Formats: sequence, structure tokens, C-alpha cells
Amino acid sequence: MLTREQAGDIFDRVKKFSSADAVEVLFSGGRFALTRFANNTIHQNVSEENHVISVRTVFDGRTARAITNKFDDESLRRAVQASERLSRVQHSDPDLLPMAAPKDATGSASEGAARKPEPARHFAETAAITPELRAEGVRNIVVVANRHSLTTAGIFSSGESFEGIFNSRGLSQWHTQTSAEISITMLAQDSSGWQKSNSPNLANLDALTLAETAAKKAVESAHPREIPPGKYTVILEPSAALDIVGFMFSDYSGMAILDQRSFLTGRIGQQLFGENITICDDVAHPLQSGSSFDGEGIQRGKIELVKNGVVKRVVYARATAQRMKCSEHKDSVGPIEPTGHGFPLPNEIGEMPLNIVFAPVDGSQSVEQMIASTERGILVTRLWYIREVEPFEKMLTGMTRDGTFLIENGRVQGGVRNFRFNESLIHMLSNVEAMSQPVRASGEESFDMVMPAMKVRQFNFTEVTKF
Amino acid sequence: MKHVANWALNVAAQRGASYADVRVIAQRNRALTTKNGKVGNASDTESVGMNVRVIVDGAWGFAASSELGRGAVEKTAAEAVAIARASARVKREDVQIAPEKPAVAEWSTPFKIDPFSVSVEQNIDLLLAIDAELRSVEGITLAETNLNFSREEQWFLSSEGADIHQTKLSTGAGYAAYAFAGNEIQKRSYPNSFGGQWQNKGYELIEELKLLENARRIAEEAVALHKADQCPEGMFDLILDSSQLGLQIHESVGHPIELDRVLGMEANFAGTSFLTLEKLRTLRYGSDLVNVVADARQEHGPGLGTFGFDDEGVAAQCIPIITKGLFTGYLSSRETAHNIGLNRSGGTVRAEGWNRLPMIRMTNISLLPGEKPLSLEQLIASTDRGILMQTNRSWSIDDKRYNFQFGCEIGWEIMNGKRVRMVKNPSYSGITTEFWNSLEAICSKDEWTLWGTPNCGKGQPQQVMGTGHGASPARFRGIKIGSAFQGS
Repeated sequence: MLTREQAGDIFDRVKKFSSADAVEVLFSGGRFALTRFANNTIHQNVSEENHVISVRTVFDGRTARAITNKFDDESLRRAVQASERLSRVQHSDPDLLPMAAPKDATGSASEGAARKPEPARHFAETAAITPELRAEGVRNIVVVANRHSLTTAGIFSSGESFEGIFNSRGLSQWHTQTSAEISITMLAQDSSGWQKSNSPNLANLDALTLAETAAKKAVESAHPREIPPGKYTVILEPSAALDIVGFMFSDYSGMAILDQRSFLTGRIGQQLFGENITICDDVAHPLQSGSSFDGEGIQRGKIELVKNGVVKRVVYARATAQRMKCSEHKDSVGPIEPTGHGFPLPNEIGEMPLNIVFAPVDGSQSVEQMIASTERGILVTRLWYIREVEPFEKMLTGMTRDGTFLIENGRVQGGVRNFRFNESLIHMLSNVEAMSQPVRASGEESFDMVMPAMKVRQFNFTEVTKF
Repeated sequence: MKHVANWALNVAAQRGASYADVRVIAQRNRALTTKNGKVGNASDTESVGMNVRVIVDGAWGFAASSELGRGAVEKTAAEAVAIARASARVKREDVQIAPEKPAVAEWSTPFKIDPFSVSVEQNIDLLLAIDAELRSVEGITLAETNLNFSREEQWFLSSEGADIHQTKLSTGAGYAAYAFAGNEIQKRSYPNSFGGQWQNKGYELIEELKLLENARRIAEEAVALHKADQCPEGMFDLILDSSQLGLQIHESVGHPIELDRVLGMEANFAGTSFLTLEKLRTLRYGSDLVNVVADARQEHGPGLGTFGFDDEGVAAQCIPIITKGLFTGYLSSRETAHNIGLNRSGGTVRAEGWNRLPMIRMTNISLLPGEKPLSLEQLIASTDRGILMQTNRSWSIDDKRYNFQFGCEIGWEIMNGKRVRMVKNPSYSGITTEFWNSLEAICSKDEWTLWGTPNCGKGQPQQVMGTGHGASPARFRGIKIGSAFQGS
């Protein structure tokens, strides 16, 4: 793994090769390994190590980037020259700000003062995971599958990574973390079950419980019956809820408002969702992961995006905040300030909150309690292939998968064939009847969040498939 | 780079690998974008690295590194062997790979103009001119353009003696115009959504696409959609333009024929397939007019799935997938070929880059054009009542590839052989085999385009791959239209 000191040396060499007004270097990479299994056997088993630098140069309001994974002098010089060549041929951009200085890096003033220190996210035991340990973990999952006469497929991955930024105004930031992830599908003849969990710390993962839960879902959803599509009360387990709500967070961006591509255009300050919906972005939350600085090196603030169903504000990169203050929207979008959510420059999309935390509610219910209070509804383990159908009402389509159950009279009555939904996120988050305590959740369609299970009224299933 | 590969092959052999292959790869990419009159992104990327794939004790191991020094390469090879030994702890049977005569070959993508030789100034000027033309139409609130070039040079050597040097070049370009008004965002893209058209060829693609010439029409259509009626719901005959049909092929033919999916190897992520093995040469996939091939050969055209050799060193092939409506072939690899009685891989294995494991990927999965001359306008003229849909906007299909739903950017209602009105938010849905069996007319070769899909995701860790899909516009009988907005 590249160290901060080594990165500093590389940055010094890059500076030496450059004639630009300003230089920035992003560092990323690390070691990653993934053991993949299917049909109760390990069929793919990979590892990689890669270190990447991305050089941004600036000449009089013009900027561009060149990326390489080679750190010898010739490669660094070539990357610098490529970046400078791309920069020089552009038109000067009056909105391009000087690179951030160390004093700029503290980010959001309004809520940043309350920021908690980032929890430790690098764990030596997780960094030391071996192929043998992952194979042993898979073996234990296969034992569970065999015990239930099921076939299993999934992954057990681990890694150690770094991110860093250095610029010629003296700013430098560095972050390291580890990661471990287990995802398990259990397959029966005509049914399946799924579970997934990840954490910077392997000690937080419980492979056997995940395997047993996935197996239980596969067994209990066997011989699925077909019931007609229509509007149902649904209970979305955290992974399912996460995958669908994840489609709205790129719209919580000042740039998306300026571009008029956000469904929040003209809606900030409105009661858009139910009063039980409160959402913030908080990289320091103990169940979150990732670095505490953005693509310009600005500290990520804790930002309350939605409070009691009212959209309060969006996030900003530095230049977006500057543009918004001069825009026609400036009086209707809440606080405007750099929040530490910008992507590396140059880019077209500005910024996005990536450390979403749903606030716990008074009277939260477990999934079991939600089931017990449901006269007729559908329990959804996982959603799949979600896509946006209509961007302003945030109409999404997708399928259920790997454990879809009918609930009647407060009890799970068995598996049902998978549904296609077409549902507006605004409608869905206005119809949440109950939520569980939020947990760290992971899906496949969106990024990890701190997310509750949700019981939702009038969820719109439009078709049913053949399994 | 061959010496790098040989260092790794030697270590793999010394440590007990019964098979090993090494890929050393140098990739270069350039991405240029504009947004509303400014350059959005301008970046050059170089990535160089190598990987070793081995079979030890009957199980697979794979390791990759960006370091190409001898010590690092030998360490990477040793790691691949150690990983394979760990894999062998949880195996049911030894890996079998189909025999393949080791190839010694050179291959390069044919091109007329190297896109990296065209000045950045010229490219930015083109994009800004398109951007200005789009925004000159009143009502356009956002204009985005892009150009992308990539080159991948690969050295493939195996313990069996294969020695293949291959260079692939691809070019992509496109733009989109957005119109926000009231409570609605409408969008039109050209020549296709999600980055436009992509092919394995040189800068000549940019000149063929007539990008600037079409910009005003596209922007005007985006604005006009606000005044168009909502697409009606119900059962209609459906005409798909060739780009939307390309994506339909991708999702409802290309993915289900991947043999690794069929065998359960992707069950945890990408899913499985309804095309279980007993359906080979027995399932009526489509109507008699449906002829689909998986063709990676240069003679099929410059698709994103065109190459000389796949990433297992198997030469490009043409595989009949659907023949006069009958399901006749899968996409296979050296590991999976024996499951369908083949003694040779279908040559469809590719990896995203030096740090990714090769796996079965679509090559160019193409619907062959109709044999009788038929233009799109003639197809419309022969339609009593239907909807023409153009340019994909949303796409979704279940994890066995039965139930799908697609939305398009624009639709046209057809009555008595004429386009009578523009309709907005068109969508259609169906079940894969029912849909393909409803195909009743395909336009001929003059209307056939080999589209590039640059963003196909599969595998864990996920890999993004470019695939090719040739199609002419076609008409499908009695399709469910508008279900995306049913009940909303």
C-alpha cells in the first residue's frame, strides 16, 4: 500500500515536472481480493493491486486531468504533459475557482462545527484476510446450503484501500480503510433467498447468520404462487428500500438544480414526503464508511437533507455554491455553502451526498412486527434492475427477486412469483407506515446507506413474471 | 512485454500450475465532454498492468498487478497459485477446459484515422458547435455532448504456447438535449442514448455520424415532446427503431444465452437464465423471421464485440443463436463448452482490463436483416394501427430474463400507414419468448446498423464491457404499451 509519505514524494516530483499555475494530484488504489462461489464450489477467486494518480493542472481558468498507474519519472512527466496539453487548449472558465487552500478545507460552516471525528475505518485483522480464510468462510456457507439441500452462490471479498489529495496551495488529505463483504444467494428448485452485508471491519460480519437467513428464505418461498399485480402494502427489507431510494440522491445537488435536471427543482422547502422521513448525509456516522473529504479535499459536513418530510437543502461543491449564490434559485434552495460533497474537477455533475443516514423514528418496528400488523401485503427481500422511467415524479421500475412473500392476516403465507413495480419515489416516501431501526445496508443498485426496513402503503406492482 | 508474461508463466509452472495464461495490457482512453457551452470533462487515462490466471489442483486462481518489475510479476504469479490452492479447498470437481490449438498471431482493429491523432482543439470545437446548435432551440435547458476514444494493446501468452498480440481501438460520440418546463423533463439523444454510437473503428466514425447536422432536429423534438400527448395504454403493434431493438436484443437474447448464467455461475449478482440446457435446439425462441448470430469476426462489422481472439486465446467466431426462430446456440468459454457437448469454446470470453478475470461476454449479438427489401417508411406504410418508438430511455428485465419493460424517448402513433402524432413517455413490456414470437416484419440491410452498447455490467467484482448489436427496424404484433404508467 502506498503511504502518505510516499504520496507526498510523488506529488513533489509531479510539481517539478509542471509549468502550470496550479497542480493537484489525487491518489487512489490498494489491494482487493474476492472469492466467488456458485454451485457450492469456488469457481472464481481473484486478487489485484493497483495504485493510481490523477494529475490536474490549471492555466488561467482552464483545467484538465490525466491519469496513470505508473510512477516512474517518464510516466509522471507524460501524465503532467497530457494534463497540461488538455488544459491549454480550452477556453477560460470564469466559474473555475482557485484550488482549495488548507483554510478552505473545513467546508460547511453551519453544520460542520458539530461534526464528529471520523471513526477508525482501517482494521489490521481485515487487512490481513487471506485466501485461505475466505475459502474457509465459503466452506461454512456451503455447509449451511448442504444442510438445507440447497445450492449456494455468492462472494466473500476483502480489501485495503487509500485515497489522497495534494495540491500546490498546500492542501493535503489522506484516508485509508479496509473492507469486507459477504453476499449469499441460496437456490432451491423454484425459489431463492439472499442476504448481503459489508463493513470496514470483518468482525461485524456474521456469515453463518446470513447463510441461515438466506436459506430460510429459499425454503419458505418454495413453490411460489402467482397472485395478480396491483397496489399492495409492501414491507421492504433495508436492502430493498436502499436500492430504490438510492435513485434520488444524485438530485440532492446544487448543480442538478442549476441544470434543471433534479426532481427537487422548485421543490426545496416543500413537504414532499411523509412527516416520518428525515434524512441526513453524515460521513462520521459510526455505521458509515469512506473518506471524510471530497474531490477537492474539502471536509464533508453533516447535512440534513430532509426533515420530517420537508426537503431542506442540497449539497454543494465550492464552485456550485458560488454559482448558486448568483442564480435565480438563490432565495429558494436553503443554505448555500460548500458542503464537502464535490467530485474531482473537472466534471459535469458537481456533487452528490454519498453517506446517507435515515433517522430513527419513535415507535420503530421490527420486520416481524410489521408483518404481524399487515392484513394483506408483500414482503420484499431484494429489488433488481431498477431504472428511472420518469425523472420529475421520480417514477422507477424494477423487479423483486430472491425472496418475495405473501403476507395475510399478520403471517407470511409463502412465496409468490416476482413482480415488476412502477412506483414514484415521492409517492412511496409519502406512504411509509412504519420503519425499523436503521442499519448499515447494502444492495446492488445503489450505494451503501444507514437504512431502515419500510412498510409502504399502495406500492404499485404492474406485472408478474414467470417465476 | 513478452518477457513479463514469461516470468509469470515460469513461476506458475514451477509452483504446480497445470495451466496458466498471462495477459499484459496497456490501455489508453480520452474523454471529452461539454455541458451548456463549457467543457465539462477533459481527461486522458493510461493504465498498464498484468494478470496471471492458473489452474492448480483442479481449481482456478487469478492475480493482477500494476507493477511490471520481475519481482512483482513473480510475486503475482505465486499469489495466483496460492489463491488456486485455496479455491481447491471448496471444489466439487476439477475444472475442465476445452482443447484449443495455441495461436501465434498479431491482430489489430482496422481504422482509417487514429482518433488520438486528431487535435483536442478540433474535438472541443466540434462538441461546442453541437452544444451551441442544441441550445439555439428555445426551450432547451441542458445540452450535453461527449467524445470517447480508447486503445487497448494486449499480449496474451499461455502455458500451452499461445502468443497473441492484439490491439483494439474504439470510438464513441453522442449528445443529449433536455427541456425542463412545468413539471416535466423531456430528453432527446443522438445518435443513441447513453453516450451515442460506439464502434471499434477510428475517427472516421465521427465523420459518418453527421452529429452537427442532426442537432437542431433533436433539440426541436425534445421541446416538442412537452406539447405531445401521453402515449396511449393498451395492446398495439409496435415498431422499434434499430437502436432500441439493439438494446432489446442485448437484454432479452444476449444475456440469457450466456452459458455461465445458465449454469448458475452468476446467480448471486447478474442472475441466471430461463434458457436451461434442455431448450437448446428445442425452444421456439421467435418467429420464423428471427435469425440471431453472435459474430465477433471483422466481417460482421466494427462492433464493440469485434476482435481477432478472445481473452482465452480463442479465435473470433460466428455462432448461430436463433435460426429461423429456433434456439440454436449459447455463448461459451473453454470451461463451459463441454456442458453443451462442444469440444471447442465459442470464443466469447473477455475482461474489462488487466485487473479483471476474463468471463463470458456478448460479442456482436445481431438480428439479421430481412431478406426482402423493406425500408422503415414502407414498414410504417404497411401498419394499420401501431406505435413507433425511438431511442431508449429506460430498460429493466428480471434476473432470468423473462419479463422486460423498456421506455423510449419519443414515440409516434401510426394510423392507416401514416404517422399521425408524436407521443411522449412511450413504454412497452412483455415476456421474452412471447415478444420474439410476435415479430412479423424486419427491415432489410439498408436499414441495418451495428450499434455499440458501451456499459454492459456483469461479474463480481463488476466489469463493464462494450458489446455490439446489429438490427434493422422491426414490427411486433399485439404488444402491451404504456404499462410503465399503469396505475400512476
